[in-house]
Parts: sequence; structure tokens; C-alpha cells
Amino acid sequence: MPDQLLFGMEVVLNGLMAGVLYALVALGFVLIYKASGIFNYAQGVMALFAALTLVGVMEGQVPFAHLINAILGTQVHHFGWHVPTLLAIILTILVMVLLAWTVNQLIFRHLVNQEPIILFMATIGLAYFLEGFGDIMWGSDIKKLDVGLPQGINPAIDDLTFGIFGYGFFIDNLDIVATVVAALLVVSLVLFAQYSKQGRAMRAVADDHQAALSVGISLKFIWVMVWSLAGFVALVAGIMWGTKSGVQFSLSLIALKALPVLMLGGFTSIPGAIVGGLIIGVGEKLFEFSVGPMVGGATENWFAYVLALIFLVFRPQGLFGEKIIERV
Amino acid sequence: MQKDRPMLDAGHTEETLLEVNNIEVIYNHVILVLKGVSLTVPKGGITALLGGNGAGKTTTLKAISNLLKSERGEVTKGTITYRGERVQDLMPSDLVKKGVIQVMEGRHCFEHLTVEENLLTGAYTRGSSRAEIDADLELVYSYFPRLKERRKSLAGYTSGGEQQMCAIGRALMSRPETILLDEPSMGLAPQLVEQIFHIVKSLNEEEGYTFLLAEQNTNVALRFAHYGYILESGRVVMDGAADSLRENPDVKEFYLGMSDEGRKSFRDVRSYRRRKRWLA
Repeated sequence: MPDQLLFGMEVVLNGLMAGVLYALVALGFVLIYKASGIFNYAQGVMALFAALTLVGVMEGQVPFAHLINAILGTQVHHFGWHVPTLLAIILTILVMVLLAWTVNQLIFRHLVNQEPIILFMATIGLAYFLEGFGDIMWGSDIKKLDVGLPQGINPAIDDLTFGIFGYGFFIDNLDIVATVVAALLVVSLVLFAQYSKQGRAMRAVADDHQAALSVGISLKFIWVMVWSLAGFVALVAGIMWGTKSGVQFSLSLIALKALPVLMLGGFTSIPGAIVGGLIIGVGEKLFEFSVGPMVGGATENWFAYVLALIFLVFRPQGLFGEKIIERV
Repeated sequence: MQKDRPMLDAGHTEETLLEVNNIEVIYNHVILVLKGVSLTVPKGGITALLGGNGAGKTTTLKAISNLLKSERGEVTKGTITYRGERVQDLMPSDLVKKGVIQVMEGRHCFEHLTVEENLLTGAYTRGSSRAEIDADLELVYSYFPRLKERRKSLAGYTSGGEQQMCAIGRALMSRPETILLDEPSMGLAPQLVEQIFHIVKSLNEEEGYTFLLAEQNTNVALRFAHYGYILESGRVVMDGAADSLRENPDVKEFYLGMSDEGRKSFRDVRSYRRRKRWLA
């Protein structure tokens, strides 16, 4: 096989893996959008916050250490213990549930029946607040996150492809883990939304707050549940991205990459988030590989947005989004 | 449907389920919408709440079902009791568990859920087994065969009449005692309105559901209801048994568009109205 083609195949595979990571972030958006019609601008920051909390708990960092030291003149930084990974993850999930509850209690409870744009503005405020809060709580330095996920080239695939094509593909172990985790997450979320009582209630709330109230669905419960789920998805995304590139502020910017993914897949479709992510991941890499050299590279920065724009023109609900129902 | 069961002459039970006592409702802290509305709903009856646009029918129903809060309205005076128990501070979900459910004006089906899923959301507050819920689904389908045919389609794509049936069916799935039905005739063809009211009537007679319905279509409502209240600008201006209301000359004049003296020119009607209002 010609080298060019083999190299192209490797690019596609890597694109798929990168796409899975985009999709993980997009999933969190879809969940909240589905249940409350809110476009949660804070989803990326939630991923950052979750990752920060996880690192902080694992390392035994004292929360608000800078603040405490500044006020009391002490010098505390660490508790001096290390929390096992699994326990730390559970604790972080609890923190995310608490965050969900607080957000609902302080913000969204008061905004029932308001215009979507008002809810959207509220999430922008939440994003900035959470960003600063995360900094104060855990410090703003770049942290290394290692929850024991395998990293680096997968030798099995390398050997296998070398045996077949005489050319070893470079596939990162972390990407493989991310793919498996994302697949599991999507399958369970879809099953939950389609077939469980709470999932049905969640979709009902998304359609019509008032009607959901009238049949006795508690908005508060559903919203806390959904924000908790989104917090959990944010944690998963935070772990993957954090392991890959360190826990730092730029993590919150992956939310911007999730936007074109959503436009492609549809804001309301859980499988759509995955397919959209994959398309963007592969498209981006292939475009960079094939067209990039002609235009001087760096196409990855804008390709996704251009693709999303094209979609907005021809299919505004995305590939899998709910049909925009209009009766005449 | 069980036709052999004796018809309950539901309008004449003594037991009062719902009692609204002199309530006042204010929206946004400033807009006074209800200025002292009182009414009682007897068990097993169909009670109609009549009046024109903006008379306060919907607000009254929402005050009872506690859906006002999400619209920034509140009951500032008076009491609402159900089976003698004060209910105005409950959450809507608690009220549904007590057996009071509202079918909102304009249907409000969940558009992106199938008809059957819509019905199932009605059973949200129940801890019943799947078998019981399936049995209730069949009961709803027996009253609304049309819904069974369309159970797999998205509610948003069904017709207005089907959506109204879906909304009523959804409420039935909560196993209610009292159904607050807001403007079931809205936007429907006269034949369909007739059909829906017939079903309401048989639900009342055969299954013993109590209805409080708000309706602009006075003519239809008074034919099917046992008792009626007429609201005007947030006050009850008249009430009585449905039959007597239908014979009342003022009701005929204002709401049924008939007059003892035969048809009048529009100018006369207007002046008559104005005179009546001033006297009231």
C-alpha cells in the first residue's frame, strides 16, 4: 500500500480518537439542553472545575489555601495525605452534585419560565464565577493529573499494523480508553433518557416546564439530577483532557470546540454529540493533512467552525437533532 | 365502557371536595386579577367556570393547582381547601398526589414525546407497578381510541383534537379525583368540541371523576355541566344550577347571544350591556 494512504488511515484513526474527546464535552451540553432548554455555557468550566477538584482531593490540597493563609497569616498548603484515586473520584462526584444543587437553588429556581436567552446569560455568569472560584479554591498553577490511565503508544496496535502493512500506526492508549468510556457513557445515557421514568420526565421538562409541573413532575429534582449528570460527564471529560494536557485554564476553552460538534450533531441528541464529535475530529485531521500544507497549516483552528456554519445554513437542527415542529 | 353501571347523578352529591373562599390573586405584585372569587366543587359533579376573555377563569384554576407561582402570581387573600385541608401552599406535585390535576389551556402536550410517552408522564407521581399503569393506559385508550391509533407518533404532529385528548388522557393517568379542565374547546371544530364534552360527561358518569372546567363556550358548557359560575373582571357575578343559568335572561343576553325580545340591533345590545354593568 502506498505510504500516503497508510498515513491517511492513521490520521483518520487519530481523528476519531480526538473526536471522542470533543464528544465527551458536547455530551454535557446536550444533557442540560435536553432537560431544560438551557445552553450551558459553563460546561467547559465545569470540566475544568471537576478536574481541579479531583487533583486537589487526590493530592490532599487544602481548599482556599491562599485565602486562609492571607487572612490568618498561616502557611497551610497540604493536609499531607494522598487520597486513593477511586475515593477521590467519588468525592469529586459528590462535589459536582452539591454544585448542581447550589446552582439550581441560587439561580435556575428563580428563572422558571423565563426566555432561553435569560437562562443562557445566567450560565455565562456562572462560567465566570466558577472559573474564579476554582482558582481561589485550588490555585491557578498548572497541575498534573494521573488517575492511572494508560498512556503512550499502544504497542499491540503498532505491532499488528506493522505486521499487516509494514507500517506501525501510532495510537495513544489514552485515546482508546476515552473511546471505550465515551461509548459506555452514551449507551447508558441514551437508555436512561429513552426508557426510564426519570429520563422521560427529563424530556418532558425540556419540552414544556409548565405542563411538566402540572402533571406533578418536580422541576427542582429533575434539574438537580440533570446538572449532576452533566457534572459527572464534565468530570469524565476533565479526567481525559486533564490527563492528556494537564489541568489548566485552557481546559475550559474546549467548550468552544464542543459548539461546532453540537451544531453538527444536534443540540438535543446524545448519539448526535458522538457522531458530531467524530466527524469534526476526523474532518479536522484529514483537512489539515490534505489541504493544510497548501494554505500554510493551522486549519484545525477554524475548520470545525466553517463546517458548523455550513450545517447551520442547510440543516439547522443538526444531523440528529429533534425536528423543529411547526404546525400550520 | 361499562354501560350497565347505574348513572351517578353526580351533580347532587352533598360532599364538597374543593372550596375556594374569597381569593384574591395578584400578578407581579401589582396586577390584581381576581378580586374575591368563591366557589365550591361537589364530589362527582361537573362544575363550569364561565366568562369572557380575561375574566379570571384560568387564573382561578391555576390558583387552585398552584401553577401560579411559576408565572409570578400569588394568592394574597382567601383560602383554598381540598377535602377541608388547606392546599394553597403545596407544590403542584403534592396536589397531584392528593388527586387534583390540571389540564392546561392550549393542551400543552410534550411535543417531542410520543402520545404514549405523554400519557406515561401522567403517571409520574404514582409508585404503581408497570402492570397497573398498563391497565390504566388501556382504560384511557378505551375512552380515546384515536390515541391508541396514534400512540407511536410524536404528540407535536397530532391534530389539535388529538392533542386535547392526549392532555386529558395524560391527566387521567395520574388517577385523579378532580380534574381542572381549562378551555377544552379552544381552537377545535364544533363537532370535536361536542365529542370531547361527551367524553368528559361519560368520564364523569362512568368513572366518577369530578370536573371543574373553565370555558368560554357557555352554550356547550352549560349543556354538560351541573352547576355554573360566571366570572367577570375577576369576580363571580352569578352562579346557579346549569339549567337555571341557561334560562336566565341575563345569561341568555350576554353569553348565549339570545334574547327574549328576539334579535336586536347591535346598538341596542351595546347600550343594554352598558346599562346592566352600571347597575351591577
